[in-house]
Amino acid sequence: MHARQLLRLAWRESRTARRRLLLYMSSISLGVAALVAIDSFASNTQRSVREQARALLGGDISITTRLPSYPTPIILALDSLHHEGVGLAQVSTFASMALVPRTGATRLSQIRAVTPGYPFYGEIVTSPAGEWSRLQAGRRALVDPTLLVALDAHVGDTLTLGFAKFVIAGTLVNVPGDIAIAAAAMGPRVYIPERYIRETGLLLFGSRVEHETVFKLPPSLPLQRFIYRMRPRLEQASIRYRTPSQTEFNLTESIDQLRDFLGVIGLVALLLGGIGVASGVNAFVMRKIDTVAILRCLGATSRQVLAIYLLQAVVMGLIGASVGALLGVALQFGLPSVLTDFLPVDVKVTVEPTAVGMGLLVGLWVALVFALRPLVALRNVSPLQTLRRESDADALRGARVDPVRVLVALGIVLSVVALGVARADNPRQGLGFSAAIGLAVAVLFAAATALSLGARRVVRPSWPFVLRQGVASLYRPGNQTRAVVLALGFGVFLMSTVYQVQHNLLRTVNVKLDASRANVVFFDVQEDQSAPLDSLIRAQGFTVVQRTPIVPMKIAAINGVSTAQMTSDTARGRRRRAGWALRREFRSTFRDSVVASERVTAGRFHTGGSPVAAIPEVSVDKGVAEDMRLALGDTITWDVQGVRVPTRVTSFREVNWTRFEPNFFVVFERRALEDAPKQYVLLADVRGPAAVPRLQRDVVSRFPNVSSLDLTLIQQTVGRVLDRVTTAIRFMAGLSLALGIPVLFSAVSATRRERLREGVLLKVLGATRRQVGRIMLSEYLLLGALGSLVGIVLSVGGAWALMHFVFRQPFQPAVLPSLGVAALMILVAVSIGLLTGRDVFQETPMAALREA
Amino acid sequence: MLQARQLTKEYQSGDHRLAVLRDVSFTIPDGAFVAVVGPSGSGKTTLLGLLAGLDVPSHGSVVLDGKDLTSLSEDRRAQLRGEKVGFVFQSFQLIPTLTALENVQVPLELRGENGAPARARELLTRVGLGDRVDHFPNQLSGGEQQRVAIARAFSNSPRLLFADEPTGNLDSETGARIVELLETLNRESGTTIVLVTHDLALARRAQRIIRLADGVVVSDTPVEPAGEPIEPASAIAPALRD
Repeated sequence: MHARQLLRLAWRESRTARRRLLLYMSSISLGVAALVAIDSFASNTQRSVREQARALLGGDISITTRLPSYPTPIILALDSLHHEGVGLAQVSTFASMALVPRTGATRLSQIRAVTPGYPFYGEIVTSPAGEWSRLQAGRRALVDPTLLVALDAHVGDTLTLGFAKFVIAGTLVNVPGDIAIAAAAMGPRVYIPERYIRETGLLLFGSRVEHETVFKLPPSLPLQRFIYRMRPRLEQASIRYRTPSQTEFNLTESIDQLRDFLGVIGLVALLLGGIGVASGVNAFVMRKIDTVAILRCLGATSRQVLAIYLLQAVVMGLIGASVGALLGVALQFGLPSVLTDFLPVDVKVTVEPTAVGMGLLVGLWVALVFALRPLVALRNVSPLQTLRRESDADALRGARVDPVRVLVALGIVLSVVALGVARADNPRQGLGFSAAIGLAVAVLFAAATALSLGARRVVRPSWPFVLRQGVASLYRPGNQTRAVVLALGFGVFLMSTVYQVQHNLLRTVNVKLDASRANVVFFDVQEDQSAPLDSLIRAQGFTVVQRTPIVPMKIAAINGVSTAQMTSDTARGRRRRAGWALRREFRSTFRDSVVASERVTAGRFHTGGSPVAAIPEVSVDKGVAEDMRLALGDTITWDVQGVRVPTRVTSFREVNWTRFEPNFFVVFERRALEDAPKQYVLLADVRGPAAVPRLQRDVVSRFPNVSSLDLTLIQQTVGRVLDRVTTAIRFMAGLSLALGIPVLFSAVSATRRERLREGVLLKVLGATRRQVGRIMLSEYLLLGALGSLVGIVLSVGGAWALMHFVFRQPFQPAVLPSLGVAALMILVAVSIGLLTGRDVFQETPMAALREA
Repeated sequence: MLQARQLTKEYQSGDHRLAVLRDVSFTIPDGAFVAVVGPSGSGKTTLLGLLAGLDVPSHGSVVLDGKDLTSLSEDRRAQLRGEKVGFVFQSFQLIPTLTALENVQVPLELRGENGAPARARELLTRVGLGDRVDHFPNQLSGGEQQRVAIARAFSNSPRLLFADEPTGNLDSETGARIVELLETLNRESGTTIVLVTHDLALARRAQRIIRLADGVVVSDTPVEPAGEPIEPASAIAPALRD
């Protein structure tokens, strides 16, 4: 038989089955759409990051420190660079209260003091336009639009920062590299000229300031040479540097992670679609037994028969995958607007041929490999069927061990594994994902089989007829119990997992009031301001709940080994203590008892009774101790404002960081730091309408350097941030639901003809439409309930694994959301079942018998 | 040209073997018109399946034109069917998704022959369905469907035609016309016809009757010519030759 004749016969023979085959193949369309959209979007974003990397950094390279000033060697190096024609600009970032005297409103803000020339690349867009170039012209400030709203201010108002006053010259529209949602979380931004920073009087002892110096390199000094020259000095001073490629790397890594996460959903959708395809094609094969028998009689070989129907599957699979790819391209154009709050760059959206091509290929492959499974059974149809018709199952049954079927099953397993590994970060993760999918499918399959077997045993003659008939549908020959439970169960599994994880993440980030009901915190309080501030608060009739001292310090040595040596040990690849801890400025406190937010997990917390001559004791947070590979009894020598303070680790603590009160990595014995320079944090209980803003205004007026936070505001801000995250999560949940529907349709409509025939026969025998409807209802209720139940159980396991291994947070099952999801899916299953069987109600028995 | 040698077919039924056919042997020469008759359950459909190569016997063999069918693979038997054998079934067995023309083309296309549409059109015209070529089976009457099936059966100019109760689903008048067509084919084209039926009156139209009962041949006799001549078939019959 020529290929053209084969194609023609395949095309002709598909006439009455095309719509049905397309429906089955549409199961994979959404999965393909998800993969194409996600991969295209990730490629677009990565390309945009690559193109805008220098703009994101603002220069060719930057260095950052939290020291008040650079060490002398660095200052000398910077001077010499300046003389070589290297452009330098500085950005100093710190938090402070911004006050608008006209309205009296104040808000904690992110202050950025910049020198002329910043940024060297990229453009900061303002409203009115062009205000950025005029920033250095005087005491001008450019602010986030949200700050104007918060302070009830407008452009032209005076803004007070500490002791300095500025005119609000405009608002920020776009700052390259800033993520909108991060800005919302960390406080509105305020840009001022750097030369007025001292005038503000805000940079006092203990103030947390980050100084970033950005460089523009001349052609005579390439980046690599600059790094070669500066690196030894920077490492000596524990100063970090960042290049555009590092910025690009960090961002693309985050984008990769987002793509991987979303890609998992897309891949699961695709595999779910494959199950829908297998289910639908299985029913299609049943209908073709007679035709295949005739073809075999007329001289067709088993290979020719397989080729005819495989061709049909290929064409329909190609159409399904193509529709999915087109949909994916359309989705890709909408994704940036959904994710704009989370993106650091303006994403230029273009069609990515590689992503589209891969999505198409993968979709077609999945459709084929899952369709092949039922199709190979057609080889077993004997021409004898034309003379004597056996049952469908017997007609398709082949040898006990059919090598081709084994190969196809192996092909499916390997495809799942290959897809999982290809999408994952590493083979181990990919294998883990494939194993998880396999486990979920196996559990659902086993549950469906158990339902079929159990239904047969459980049914009783005393039950009402409609219920018995509905239950019998679960185990009758050619039932779709497995396919429906798989499709339903997977949909519930995905949706419920998303909601379980969301519930637990929200629980984790909820900021809680402590037992003594403090709702305002004042920080950056200098030592000589502590008592007067305390008095001011009490004078207004409020309670100071807690006054906590804070001493900034760095680690000088651990067990006698200096940080410089430990850092070089790290460079030589020895077993390392966490680098961040060796570079970090610790803000520690001193007291001789634990507080309510802590729990001692090892050792004994110091109580202040140790001899004066002995080394003072410290208690370290458990997680930090693990990162630093500390053991009880280790000695840590601290650099406290130039003074070396040796200590001994005598206990570890577990700290509840979500509680609204100061928590510390390290807590010293009182006698160690009582006389050290310190600042304070005060917690106050401030009640009454408008009491908090009024108190904040009074405090800022008297102590301009003192910042304050209102818990209500924090909760609102966190809530706003989480709202946007929740929207994204709900989108994923909705997508999961959407993915399950075509698969369900495919599985349920595959048995439409049998349902029709059965329903019609019942009507001929005297059943009313209502009785027939109740039979169908009981069948789909049972299927929906079992699928949902198994899906929920799987989702609890899946969510626990995610919270434990990925987010490293405790897990608590969320009952209500899961029950909601289950109810929804049962409704979907029943609706689809009744919808596909509606002909039973609408047609007369005669008409339906003729069609059946 | 068609030989059955000690054909036996057994099936497993519970814990014992059930013999549907036992030691059936006969020879059918080229050009013969043979009827196989017997009551329901006598094994005649099983015998048809074995003779046509649709099934394999438990013991014995079938030799068609010198080829032992029982030694061939299923696919090789299928190819042989495509070359030498035609079928007419009680329930017509047309492919419902193909038109009359496309149904008749199938055996030709399976053999990779060119000019299938023209040949199919010619055959349909000759069975009187030249104006219904684009109709689907569900748009044709029973008699018309059977005529399409006959045209299909002759599309590959078969040496041997098997007809399984070809008039079973037809009214008597239509059935008579179908039988006339088959007789004419046998006479004019020399195609050997094996007709399986439980209808003795129909069987008497053949030249020889093989009677089966309980899986064995109980008689194998020529048919005495009837008093009345057989009416000639329509003028279309000669054109069904090669």
